[in-house]
Amino acid sequence: MTLFRIVEEPIAPPMLDEIAGLRDGGTVTFLGIVREDSGDGRRVRALWYEACEMMALREFESIADEARHRFGGVRVAIIHRIGEVRAGEISVAVLAAAAHRAAAFDACRYAIDELKRRAPIWKKECYADGSAQWRSGA
Amino acid sequence: MRIRILAFAALRELCHAPEHAIELPAGARVTDAWGALAREFPALAAHRASTRIARNGQVASFEEALADGDELALLPPVGGG
Repeated sequence: MTLFRIVEEPIAPPMLDEIAGLRDGGTVTFLGIVREDSGDGRRVRALWYEACEMMALREFESIADEARHRFGGVRVAIIHRIGEVRAGEISVAVLAAAAHRAAAFDACRYAIDELKRRAPIWKKECYADGSAQWRSGA
Repeated sequence: MRIRILAFAALRELCHAPEHAIELPAGARVTDAWGALAREFPALAAHRASTRIARNGQVASFEEALADGDELALLPPVGGG
């Protein structure tokens, strides 16, 4: 089982089931889904994601290690999709499994926040009108 | 020495390709590699302050010395998730 993955295919339940094998007392799953609304009134058709894969996977692993130490033995898995991800589709999945739910919630939140802040992954908003723009920041 | 430069996202578009090979004199630093690429693609220059550089997979400063065969990655501000 690979806990850290960057994939081009859709992130679908079988992929998560495989990882949910790390379930313990409680597993918290965060799914990031592409919004149709850009926040400034433009309609988003899709996001285009690009990653520096080797560095991004290493960052996923560091983040998971930090979460394990901070929250007491929580196991974290991260899958990020790259390429075109259309509005309504999953761009990222973070799973955190722990003996108790509080640690799982805390670790999941920590991992997605740190991923957004640190992982060398970029996204370009592709609008319904055909224009596009790179966006940084969480 | 020969250096490979990988550019990502907006920087990749400014350099018109994901990868460039450049020749630099012995003793060159990261900043010289950036300068050589920015001479070829002047639009890069405005992005220096916001770009992080990785040398062979490790974040490096602009002052770090280069060695033949190094690979530099130009990383604009991230935005995954």
